[in-house]
Amino acid sequence: MIYRETGQFKADYAADQALFPIKQDRYVILAVLFITFAVVPFWLNQYWLNAIVLPFLIYALAALGLNILTGYCGQLSLGTGGFMAVGAYSIYKLMVAIPEVGFIPLVLLSGLITAAVGTLFGLPSLRIKGFYLAVATLASQFFLIWMFNKVEWFNNYNATGMITSPPMEFFGVIITGPSATPTAKYFIVVSIVAVFALVAKNLARGRIGRNWMAIRDMDIAAELIGVRPLIAKLSAFAVSSFYIGMAGALYFAVWLGSAEPTEAFDINQSFLVLFMIIIGGLGSVLGSFLGAGFLVLMPILLKNIMVDGFGTDSALAAHIEIMTVGVLIIMFLIVEPHGLARLWRIAKEKLRLWPFPY
Amino acid sequence: MKLISKTITAALLAVPLLSGAASAATLTIPTLDYRTGPYAPNGIPFANGFSDYLTLLNERDGGINGAKINLTPCETAYNTKRGVECYENTKGQGSGALVYQPLSTGITYQLIPKSSVDKIPIFSMGYGRTSAANGKVFPWVFNFPATYWSQATVFVQYIGDKEGGMANLKGKKIALVYHNSAYGKEPIRTLESAAAKYGFELMLLPVDHPGQEQKATWLQIRKERPDWVMMWGWGVMNQVAIKEAASIRFPMDHFIGVWWSGSENDVLPAGDGAHGYLSGAFHQPGDNFPAHDDIKKYVYDNGKGHGERERIGEVLYNRGLVAAMWTSEAIRKAMEIHGTNEVNGVMVRDGFEALDVDEKRLTELGLPGFTIPVKISCDNHEGPGKVALQQWDAKAKKWNLVSDFYEPLRDITGPLIAEDSAQYAAENNVVPRICN
Repeated sequence: MIYRETGQFKADYAADQALFPIKQDRYVILAVLFITFAVVPFWLNQYWLNAIVLPFLIYALAALGLNILTGYCGQLSLGTGGFMAVGAYSIYKLMVAIPEVGFIPLVLLSGLITAAVGTLFGLPSLRIKGFYLAVATLASQFFLIWMFNKVEWFNNYNATGMITSPPMEFFGVIITGPSATPTAKYFIVVSIVAVFALVAKNLARGRIGRNWMAIRDMDIAAELIGVRPLIAKLSAFAVSSFYIGMAGALYFAVWLGSAEPTEAFDINQSFLVLFMIIIGGLGSVLGSFLGAGFLVLMPILLKNIMVDGFGTDSALAAHIEIMTVGVLIIMFLIVEPHGLARLWRIAKEKLRLWPFPY
Repeated sequence: MKLISKTITAALLAVPLLSGAASAATLTIPTLDYRTGPYAPNGIPFANGFSDYLTLLNERDGGINGAKINLTPCETAYNTKRGVECYENTKGQGSGALVYQPLSTGITYQLIPKSSVDKIPIFSMGYGRTSAANGKVFPWVFNFPATYWSQATVFVQYIGDKEGGMANLKGKKIALVYHNSAYGKEPIRTLESAAAKYGFELMLLPVDHPGQEQKATWLQIRKERPDWVMMWGWGVMNQVAIKEAASIRFPMDHFIGVWWSGSENDVLPAGDGAHGYLSGAFHQPGDNFPAHDDIKKYVYDNGKGHGERERIGEVLYNRGLVAAMWTSEAIRKAMEIHGTNEVNGVMVRDGFEALDVDEKRLTELGLPGFTIPVKISCDNHEGPGKVALQQWDAKAKKWNLVSDFYEPLRDITGPLIAEDSAQYAAENNVVPRICN
């Protein structure tokens, strides 16, 4: 009754091809944006912002990046952790060398550096496919981490190989380093994530996105109808790595503050982001957010319910948490193999008919 | 008139209430434990020792000067991100956390910059950032009784002694097997300086987290035949390394582990093969001290123990115990300085800085001769820096201290600490404070 497009007539192509063609969708998006920018930062406390919302947003950006490559273009990648490390080390070197450029341009620049590295490691995708490509990207993960461990230039010859993000300002407000407030960090991260989520949504429905999806669905057929696999695949690698690089830069500079390659960017990161898009929904912008939310929030929520709510022993709670998250993942994959985003789509279809389903 | 008398009555009534509140003050001490994951074998005994000692204070003495200790455990699994989440979650609990003992170099590195903002001291006992020994740059961090760098120089001296003098180190080959993380990389600079000074050759062999795969590392050791092997390991990495060393028949009395690589869990899996293995130490092993008897009597007999009764007195249990002892003494000192038992993080920091636990105090605490006397000052947060070596006796299944406490080679560590802390100060806009 409420959610229905009846009566919304489109008189030109532009209106028909709008990002959100249905009026109600536009209102929902505006409401969500209003809540994220005007309500959340003033309503949530420091612990929530710092320990839960920031990682959720940053992982959502990384998941968005991987979703472009795996969900839209169908190229399986296990190198996410390595590419995040490239973003993190790029921004570290840039922040130390040219801090006067400003934080946002440096984040974009480290995204571009990661895009270049990602394209390089995407070259094998022209020859190998599927699981074999996953193995090739896995090699990039191990190679990159090994390189950041081995070459001391990357950590400015620090005795312990750690990188620490120096304090930086954005229009007079400190946004990195220990004295930055969670609210300032939140605003900078949520702005970047919001802008690039919109960009991703736009890319996916346009010519480039359609090329990716053609390659994903059947690469030979796509080639026959004139999609150039070289351009399509490498552009997917580049755009995907750009997103993941930015996520890595924010992950290190804004959220963690200091990092070492082996722990912060290990293979578990790659798996985590891959699980996010599988659970959230392949080939869906919304799915990236839902998946990241699920895998970031669920463990902390479970822990807080058990330890603070029921007073469970913290070690026992940790074990139960591992098991519960595992069971929930399996359950979701059985109930809805296309991810949480698909559930949302079903809900929307049901809403259209409500309250008179036929 | 009536109003005045009412006010006076109210004020009189309020006084005992206030003092009542003061004596019921609780001290919130979060414990960042890890009882899960690949580092659990080492995390569990430490967490038990730490919690048991503080529980003993609650049960036997009613807390510290009458203020009950409220232990707030949080599980980190030795994972930096979970550790930071734990920190954010626990720092505001009760009347605010008083001190953090992260037991992870990675988490310590994360918390160092936060500590000065949140005004909560960090007691990274014998781990974490070595240059935090410089209290002028790191007023909120304490890493006594000794640092990794001091320890590395002590190992070099011990090797020199065994080889018949430091001059004989020339031309020797020493390998360092280390956990490939900030923790494992700590001693490299120091050992490189020592290698340059004494003319020995240093071989660096990193082992990646979690350290179960070391075949290649030990194959290399078998091929290159270093005269001595040092190890900076933690968790499963320790037992795997000791088993591998035993299987290539590397002489165990030439294999020295850092003090985090020398507990019962690390050597028992290798059986007799581990006999003679050495490791660093700054306290005694065993449960034959009056404090241990009190723990059994007041904590375990009342069913409040955190671990198993038989494992009281293991090396890492005692490590946790000594950490809790120094922490509680620092809080006691803070109460003494500020004349209140409602202390906060700032006051506890002052307590740490004025900490002075000598042999006499150790005896009063039921730990005579348990560890070295510690005295902290404004500029020296490392304290004595002395380290001894302990050796594993596989037949008696017992660790024994086999050397005296060595003084570190301060001519090597001093300049390195100054250089590293100056670099931190420059990168983070810290103005070193003046100590007098």
